[in-house]
Parts: sequence; C-alpha cells; structure tokens
Amino acid sequence: MTELSRIRNFSIVAHIDHGKSTLADRLIQLTGTVAERDMQEQLLDSMDIERERGITIKANTVRIEYPAQDGHTYILNLIDTPGHVDFGYEVSRSMRAVEGSLLVVDASQGVEAQTLANVYQAIEADHEIVPVLNKIDLPAADPDRVREQIEDVIGIEAHDAVEISAKTGLGIPEVLEAIVKRLPPPHGGDPDAPLKAMLVDSKYDAYLGVIVIVRIIDGTLKKGDRIRMMKTGGTYDVDDVGIYRPAMTSVKELGPGEIGYLNASIKQVRDTRVGDTITHEKRPCDKALPGFKPSVPVVFCGLFPVDSSEFEDLRTAIEKLALNDASFSYEMETSAALGFGFRCGFLGLLHLEVVRDRIEREYDIELITTAPSVVYHLHMKDGTMRELHNPADMPDLTHVSHIEEPRIKATIMVPDEYLGDVLKLCQERRGIQLDLTYAGTRAMAVYDLPLNEVVFDFYDRLKSVTKGYASFDYQMEGYREDNLQKMQILVNDEPVDALSMMVHRDRAEQRGRAMCEKLKELIPRHMFKIPIQAAIGGRVIARETLSAMRKDVTAKCYGGDATRKRKLLDKQKAGKKKMRQFGKVDIPQEAFISALKMDS
Amino acid sequence: MTDADWQAGGFGLYVHWPFCAAKCPYCDFNSHVTAHVDHGRWARALVSELRRNAARTPDRVLNTVFFGGGTPSLMDPSTVDAILLEARSLWPAANDMEVTLEANPTSVEAGKFRAFRDAGVNRVSMGVQALNDADLRRLGRLHSAEEAMAAFDVARNIFDRVSFDLIYARQGQTLVDWQAELRRALALAVDHLSLYQLTIEPGTAFGDRHARGGLRDLPDDDIAADMYDATQEICESHGMPAYEVSNHAAPGAESRHNLIYWRYGDYVGIGPGAHGRITGPHGRLATETHRMPGQWLAQSEAGNGDSLTEPLSLADQAAEYLMMSLRLSEGTDRARLKRLGLEPEATTLQHLSGLGLLRVTETSLSATMAGRRVLNAVLRDLLAG
Repeated sequence: MTELSRIRNFSIVAHIDHGKSTLADRLIQLTGTVAERDMQEQLLDSMDIERERGITIKANTVRIEYPAQDGHTYILNLIDTPGHVDFGYEVSRSMRAVEGSLLVVDASQGVEAQTLANVYQAIEADHEIVPVLNKIDLPAADPDRVREQIEDVIGIEAHDAVEISAKTGLGIPEVLEAIVKRLPPPHGGDPDAPLKAMLVDSKYDAYLGVIVIVRIIDGTLKKGDRIRMMKTGGTYDVDDVGIYRPAMTSVKELGPGEIGYLNASIKQVRDTRVGDTITHEKRPCDKALPGFKPSVPVVFCGLFPVDSSEFEDLRTAIEKLALNDASFSYEMETSAALGFGFRCGFLGLLHLEVVRDRIEREYDIELITTAPSVVYHLHMKDGTMRELHNPADMPDLTHVSHIEEPRIKATIMVPDEYLGDVLKLCQERRGIQLDLTYAGTRAMAVYDLPLNEVVFDFYDRLKSVTKGYASFDYQMEGYREDNLQKMQILVNDEPVDALSMMVHRDRAEQRGRAMCEKLKELIPRHMFKIPIQAAIGGRVIARETLSAMRKDVTAKCYGGDATRKRKLLDKQKAGKKKMRQFGKVDIPQEAFISALKMDS
Repeated sequence: MTDADWQAGGFGLYVHWPFCAAKCPYCDFNSHVTAHVDHGRWARALVSELRRNAARTPDRVLNTVFFGGGTPSLMDPSTVDAILLEARSLWPAANDMEVTLEANPTSVEAGKFRAFRDAGVNRVSMGVQALNDADLRRLGRLHSAEEAMAAFDVARNIFDRVSFDLIYARQGQTLVDWQAELRRALALAVDHLSLYQLTIEPGTAFGDRHARGGLRDLPDDDIAADMYDATQEICESHGMPAYEVSNHAAPGAESRHNLIYWRYGDYVGIGPGAHGRITGPHGRLATETHRMPGQWLAQSEAGNGDSLTEPLSLADQAAEYLMMSLRLSEGTDRARLKRLGLEPEATTLQHLSGLGLLRVTETSLSATMAGRRVLNAVLRDLLAG
C-alpha cells in the first residue's frame, strides 16, 4: 500500500490532435514503465479503431512510478478519457475518479471547443489544473498568445504553463515534476475503514471476462474478497486485483487513493454500472458514492446485412460488441425493404461509425446503414408519451397531440473570417443564437439547435465551410415542441420505409426536393422510367422522374467474347446483390446514406 | 442416344491471324504490328494446331471456316490454302461449307482476292468502317473511302458473298449523318452488313484518350439509341433486317459461321488468343490459346498452343447459351435452356414481356427490337434468379 501523499491521480484534457496520447506515451516512456522495445504509438488506445482514428473510446488507466527531485518515488495514476463529444458523458465520469488534470493546448492552434467542454468538466470535478502548451517546437507556436487565451476564455491561471513538445520529448521531466508539486494527493482515505471503491469503467476481455477499473476511496481490496455492487446488488468473489503498467500486473492489494483493476468472473459489461460503489459483502460501507446516471443513446439507425443470409452473423457480432459497450442499445427490426436487421442506439455519430466499422471489419459483414434518427417524443391525445426511435414507426397522426424533438446547446469556436458562414449554417439548421463572444481573432458562438439537424452532416458541413478551422462541441438540452412531420419517399410508387424521415414543416419541401434529386442521381437507370416522390401524409411535395435506360448492349459478341461476357454478367450479378430491390427497382446501398447528405 | 447440345448450333473452325499493318485506336482484338512474319513457319504451326484439335473433335462435319484477326487478308494465300486443305482432310466438310476471310479494303489486298478464292475462300467480310475520309482517318484506317469502294467492287466480282462493317456513333456524328451514310451503304450491292456502335474499350488508344477526358464529341447514349433505332428501321425497309444485335442480312445471307457462336455450337479456335468451345466425352470445354504471337508460335511448335482448357459447368453453359442466343432475332430455345438447367422465373418473364422487351412463347424467348437495345439489362434480369 502506498502512502497517500505519494500518490497523484490525474487525467489529461485536450482537443483532438492536440497531443494528448503522445504526451501520455512520453510520460510512460520517460519513467521506464514500458521497455523501449515494447513501445508503440498511443499505448493506451488498445482497439485498432481507436488507434486509427486517434480517439479514445473507453477509459484506460496506467500506473507510472516516478522518482521525483525531492528524493521520493511517487505513484502517478493516469486515467485516459475519451476526447470526442459523443463520449462527453464518460469523460465527466472518469474525472470523478481523479483529483487533477493536465490541460494540453496546442501552442499554435490555441483553445478549441472540445478543450473548453472537457476543461469545464474538470473544473466541475474540482480538479487542480496544470496547463501544458504542446508543440512548442513548431514555427507557428505562439505560447504567449495561447497563455492569454487560456486565461481569457477558460479563466484559469496560465503564466506557469509548462511548455513542451510531446513529439520530441522536450519538457516532459517538467511535466512530471509539475504533477507531483502542483496536483494534490488523494483526499482523506482510511485504509482500515470499510471498503468504498468507485467503479470507473469496465471492459470485456475475451479471456478474462469483464475487467473492472476501480478507484479505492477507503479500505483495501484483495484477491479472495467477496464484494457487492451497492447499486446493482451483484455479489462476486474477487479472483485478481492489479494495476496497469500498462500491461495488467497483479498486486497483493489496492489501498486508498489507488487506481487499478479487479477481475471477479463477471459475465458481461451490462452487469456493471459505471459510478457504482463497490464494497465488501461482510463489512459494507454505510454510504454509497453519489453515482452517475447512465448514458442514454441519442442517435438511432438501422443496421442490416447486405447479404440477408448473414443476419445471424450480424446478431452474434452485435451481441459481442454490446458485451463491452453498455451505452450501445439494439433491438431487432424488420423492414419491408431491407429484411431483418437491428435498430441500434448510439451516443452520437462517431459512436455509430465506430460500431459500424467494427462490425464490418472485425466480423466481415457488409452493412446497409439507414438514415440516423433522433428520439422524438410523441405526446398522444390520450395524455401518454411515446418515444419514436424510427420514423417508419410513426403512428396515425390523428392520435398525436404534438411532437417534441431533442435540442442541444452547441459551442462552436471559429476564426472570425468564417463566422458569417457558420452563423448562416446554424440559421439554416433552425438554430437559435444564445451567445456570441470574441477572444482575439476567434469567435465563440453558442447555439440552441435541434439535434435532428446536427446528427447527420452538420459537422461535415461545418468543417467544409470553415476549411476545417472550426471546432464544435455540444450537450443535450432537453426536448421542445416543434412543427414536425414524417416525410415518406416513394420510388416507383412504393414507399421505401428506410428513407422515411422526420422534417420540420418549413424545411419539408426543400428537403423533399433535395432527396428526390439526389436519389435520381444515385439510382441507376432501369429498363423502365421510375417516378421518385417525396410525400407528407398523402400529399406529394416533390417529384423527379428517372428516365428509362435507352441503350445497354454489347456491340460485338463472337466466339472469343463468350467467356469475358459471361464473367462480366457474373460480376454484375454480384453487384446487383449489393442493391436492394424495392418492387422492381434496385437501389444501391450507398443511396440510403448519401441521399440524406444535403449540399446546403 | 440424344444429340449433344452443341449439335443444335453446328461445328466450325476459327483461325486467328494476329498481324496488322497498323493498330486501329478503337480495336481491342488480339492484333500486333510486326515488320517480318515467317509465313512458312506460321503455316506449319497452324496446321499442327489443327491436327491437335481434330483429335479431340472426331465425328463432326465441318460447316464453316472463318479467318479473323488481326488482318487475315495479309496472310499469304498459300497459308490459307494449306489450312483449308488440311481441314478438309481432318473433318468431312459440308457440301456448302462457308469459308470467310476478313479483309481490309485496300488495293494491295484486293490484288490477292483471286488467290484467296482459289484456295477455297467463298465469302469476304470487309472492314470498311466509314464512308468518308475524315472519319476513316480518325478511326486510324489506312484506306480512303474511294479505295474501299474499289476493293468492294473487286470482291463483289470474285466472291459469291461479300459483307462489310461500318462503325457508327462516331465522334461528331449526328443522327442525320448516320442515316445518310447507311442509305449509301445499302445502295451498294451488298447482302450482309455488320453495323457496330463505336465502343470505347479500356486498353485501347481511344480508351486511354477517353479516360484522359478526350473524345468529347462522342454522341451520348440517347443519340446512340436513336441511331440504333434508325438503323433497324432503314435496314428493314431495305430488306436487310437485323438477325443479330449488330448484324443485318438478306434472308439466307446470314454469316453461318457466326450463327454457330450465337446458336452455341462447337468451334475449334486456332492461332494466338483464339477461343474454342469443344464438347468432349466429359462435357463441354472452353479453350484458349496463348495470346502473344511469339509465345503461341513456340508453344504450338512444342506441341500445344493452349493456354487454358477448362470444363464449363452446366450453369456456365446455360448462361452462355442464353446470352449468345438472345442476340439473335430467332432467340432462345426454352427446352434447350431447360436441359442446361436454366428456367427463368415466370414473374421475370412477365415483367420483361410487359415492358415490351421480351417475346415469350411456349418454346422460345426472343428480345424485341427495344429489348435488344438494352440486352445486357434483360440478361441481368433473366440470370438474376
């Protein structure tokens, strides 16, 4: 057990690409925690997709032993938190397990929207914060300006910010000293009191089952202990306790202030609740930690196998992924057009993309992804409220009194030369301006926006109108009534349920027209002409006609062409499999997503 | 014993001569330009290939021979003579055996026509391609329109049967241009015409130019479709209906050799890159020979010019029979298709006939004129099941 005064628990707060993972790697490397030969980029991000996208999805932890200049060896526990807006809620939970944060800011780019969102969570968690200016070696670095910006925008002292280059290793020893000197040791903590530990996160390991990351508040946790989860009530025998260095390393016990893992033959991640309090069954602590409310999926979409015979494989893949990701929900869905699949709920679009990529890549199942939708609240005339996860399930309007949609509070930071375009974009997406401030040449716009308008391609549009200079973050702000309707798309007079969407009345015609035009480009010509219509209720609000194919025949086909021609037909047959038949019309799978990408 | 499937189509011999005086920018056939050809050596290799193939195609009557290329009119007439002599000794020849040779319409080649006839050629197919000099130059042809017409006259006097090719939907060509050109062609004493829409093939000079954004003034698909429709109408009114997607003939003047392909008969292919379909004791084989002339020559001299001999599954045969036979106005024999294991679904047939693309009877399937124009799509539907 380590003396509390020799422990420092911290996290790193940064905007994506500002160097959080690189800094973590350097801290681990400099303290010799990992042998040089085992060093690989972004040690803490264990999943391929995390590494590839440069994002962290689950919380990871590592213990670093650091011999400080004062002659003592300190235990530094780093919790690496997800950086992306989709996982903002997880960030706030992980922050509760530590006492301080390093705020990493790119010395040339300055404070971004995500920096802000995360640092406010650190402030809310009562963290001591040490500002770190990274990429100081770049010619464009302007540490004085960024220091000023940190003080102006975030409102924390920055004159003693540590200047580093995580890439070259410059300033890393100073960061380690700052952690020891400027961050506080864990509060209180009585090794003899009944066990009180926070469940920080849990993940599924194919060999070991569920691994739980814990932060000990009081008491000690040992192998062989029988523990109880105070919220869920589950009791387990502890098979192993240990720490991450970053490889899993068993220890005899974990004491107050320490962060480590426990393994207790827990079957699935769903059986553990992040924020729950772990105590001993025999000698429980009297009061549980406040706990967290579980994160709720906000974006839903249908996932269907391209090859309908792979439905069972998809079920297996989804169940396996769900083992490790309690924030992802799923239920079986049947679509007239797409056959059997799953309606899945995600924390955001990135989360959706990560799950979809993993299914396609790790399980080799090609997917059709239907239009993402948010959860609407349908207030029925009988006074009840129903959640609508799929526009195709919209009940008869005569029973609906009104519809509410989720809103978000979006914070956008942008160089002021692009501000006009950003404001226009927010306006187009039915945004209401809440705040507009300047810090130097950067503007910060705060908007109340319908999540529906953001979920699909807002971020792409924002990046394109600002040439990538804007940063964006949001939080959920509750529900509000608006004039919303279900728009159906009919292809060759047949409704295509997977293309149904909720739209605001003022935007319906424009969206309907855009959808029909887009589909006209995306659907290949057939042997007959195909009407494409957008309709609300029984009323057609937009229409395009895809004219019939006029010529598709091989001019020369003789004895020497038979093989090649047959193989070509075979290939086209395989290509046809990637399309979905609606009546007699083949719709390519990419149409389901592409049709929704609006150019304006 | 029931007849083997190929017998419904007949049996022919294809001889590929891979050399050309120049490579045409639209051509994706196996053709090569070379300074020197050892004609004697080539003749011996072709004859040995003939013998090798005859050994695996016994008990057949030879209905047709076709010299294609390349430019077979560049062959030494003695080579043609040696091949035909050998073929007649290896298989019994049909009384009215058709022997076609593809010819470029230049004066040099026209000078050899009499010798080709004496060797046994009774039909020539001339690559006229266009009737105006500017377009001929753009197509990379080495002859003028006038020279082509002179060569045609010579051929007309020497051979019983003469056909020629034209290419339409050329750069800058309008519907009216094509209609006029086609009427001029039909005014010549011709009983067979192959009329091809210009197709930009990858790997050709035109293909490269097109990929780089060139050849901008090609007619679009809608104009090409109009040209196709006009072609059908004009030829029909001149007594030369389409008997195949791109081939028109006065009744009885069809290319019997090409009908073997479209009726999915057996054919032996010799010479570089030639394909064959041969029914053996264990079913039908697809054969291919080495494409590169030098390699083919060496391998043939070593005893076997084949680069591939592959059994065709029943499903492959059914697909090939359907896609070849639907090109013909006579269409596909449903009973034969069924014997190959393919029965298109009734709903698909209904749908296609409802769209006016397919004529469906108890015994046959045939594409209508509109159906032939979109035949690839019709085939995709019929084969989708």
